[in-house]
Amino acid sequence: MSAKKHGKELSLKFYREMSKVRAFDEKASELFTQARMSGNIHTCIGQEASNVGACQGLRPTDFITATHRGHGQCIAKGGDVKLMFAELFGKETGYCHGKGGSMHIANVGLGILGANGIVGAGIPIAGGSALASKIKGTDEVTLSFFGDAASNQGTFHETMNMAAAWHLPMIFMCENNKYGVSVCIDRVTNTEDIADRAKGYNIAGVVVDGNDVFAVYDAVQAAAERARKGEGPTLIESKTYRWHGHYEGDPMVYRTKEEINEWKAKDCIARLRQDILANHFATEEELDKIQGEVKAEIEAAVKFAEESPFPEAAEVTTDVYVTDNERSVTR
Amino acid sequence: MRKITYGKAISEAMHEEMVRDENVFILGEDMGIMGSVFGLTKGFRDEFGENRVIDTPISESGFIGMSVGAAIRGMRPVAELMYVDFTSVCFDPIINQAAKMRYMTGGQVKVPMVIRAPEGAGRRNAGQHSQSLESLFTHIPGLKVVAPATPYDAKGLLKAAIRDDDPIMFIEHKLLYAGKGEVPEEEYIIPLGKADVKRAGKDVTIIAYSRQVTFALQAAKELADEGIDAEVIDLRTLVPLDWETIEASIKKTHRVVIVQEAPKRCGYAGEISAQIMEGAFDELDAPVKRVAGLNVIPPFSPALEDLIYPNPKDIVTGVKEILGK
Repeated sequence: MSAKKHGKELSLKFYREMSKVRAFDEKASELFTQARMSGNIHTCIGQEASNVGACQGLRPTDFITATHRGHGQCIAKGGDVKLMFAELFGKETGYCHGKGGSMHIANVGLGILGANGIVGAGIPIAGGSALASKIKGTDEVTLSFFGDAASNQGTFHETMNMAAAWHLPMIFMCENNKYGVSVCIDRVTNTEDIADRAKGYNIAGVVVDGNDVFAVYDAVQAAAERARKGEGPTLIESKTYRWHGHYEGDPMVYRTKEEINEWKAKDCIARLRQDILANHFATEEELDKIQGEVKAEIEAAVKFAEESPFPEAAEVTTDVYVTDNERSVTR
Repeated sequence: MRKITYGKAISEAMHEEMVRDENVFILGEDMGIMGSVFGLTKGFRDEFGENRVIDTPISESGFIGMSVGAAIRGMRPVAELMYVDFTSVCFDPIINQAAKMRYMTGGQVKVPMVIRAPEGAGRRNAGQHSQSLESLFTHIPGLKVVAPATPYDAKGLLKAAIRDDDPIMFIEHKLLYAGKGEVPEEEYIIPLGKADVKRAGKDVTIIAYSRQVTFALQAAKELADEGIDAEVIDLRTLVPLDWETIEASIKKTHRVVIVQEAPKRCGYAGEISAQIMEGAFDELDAPVKRVAGLNVIPPFSPALEDLIYPNPKDIVTGVKEILGK
């Protein structure tokens, strides 16, 4: 932890953002359990440092592709929790007018090129965004979030190979939370670190403590700087852990209570809190106040979402196509 | 008017669009130094540079996925898959990403990309290089599917496809590449979704697309010698479909034969047939007839391959059957 090095302002900003991510997903989990929301919910509780450190290491004009466990990634990139909850409720006011839901939140204006329901599918899309920046000669960086399981998809290899060969301004951000649904990474790979794979492409590979927001932030900043200088992509492996199951309702027969508790003891938000207190950047009361404000923001967002209207029936056929939408949809 | 090949027409369309719009770029296997395996992009790399004429590794899933990412960032990628058969390697970026991105983001993004993919049997390329897979793509909402039959159509439709804001499967027939046809020097665009009546007639409507249009026209000529006046409709684009032209023709002829090279089962001819049953049944004097490929895997042996797809004689037979002759 290096709150001291990064100063009070950034430390408190990170604390607020990480608390917001957690409050969002705790609320989403609660609403799902109460059957107030439908679909699938994949929470990122436990991974907040990774989400926030990565997005804060980018510029607002940079781009990300998010995963199906992407609520935190979207919030950290500037997502408005009101519009996100509205999307989770399938409401007209949601980021995608209720047509995408939890797994597909996108907002191009914020640089969020879309979350994805297909494991590994966002990686080449991020590569294409980086290619677009290279062709246009602009300096945006595109970061692709993906999990440890996606690192075994062909898209990971294919995109990393092309991004490396063409020096694309891209960051491969692997949030290694140990599990692909029920399968532990050590049962399906023979290496300790996914970051080692960078060697095969002659690019930088970095392992960071994914529960240390500053470590993630520093790694992404350094990678973004390399990318902007034309030095190509970086593979960052952020070692972290999801506290909840793959989806809400997952019976989690594949791991032990001891393992979960061991990781909960490494809680990234509690760690940051201790660090802030140790450096006297804030008092317990001030940090509690941030927690209270964040929770109030989440409650207001849920209220907004619940009170928002569903999309009109006519919306079911809009936006399948840009041109010839009506004709192409009916025939 | 000058005559150029179908391949040259496609090449000209890409070239003109790259000159016109700097956001257009092409990528695919062997597109750069080699100018593509069918020679359609020869000289492009020297003219437009490596940034806009990209030699990809053999990574179809990767570079089609990258086309999606570049398209939502405002570029207009034209990707080539050497054979349509290779789409099997990249179904995810085509079906789950390109096709759905606009809808799932609530209309926030456009995915203006073209995938050019040669299809078709007749070159002794065997099972994995000879298929016609257009019906797989017509089934997917969000994709448009274009299948030109002539050099004129290929050029005008490809230019329209590159300018279109939706993801497009642009399916070329590899046995049409060398065929010549009249193509004007001056610029023209053929709007997507407008079928072409390639031959007017009053006794029967033959609906076809891609290479089978040329066979349908040969069949119509043979039929004319026997006093049967066939109308030949070239669909040109399968999605969007030009129903008005189909309906107008049926109201005139009251009999329909639909031709496709692809295997008959679950093919696009079946879809058109069903639309005719739903929308123009009262106009029909005979059941709709499909003349289509066999439900087999393309064989290598010339003796066998020529048996799998319809030829002009099969079309003549089909027409006579529904005319009761």
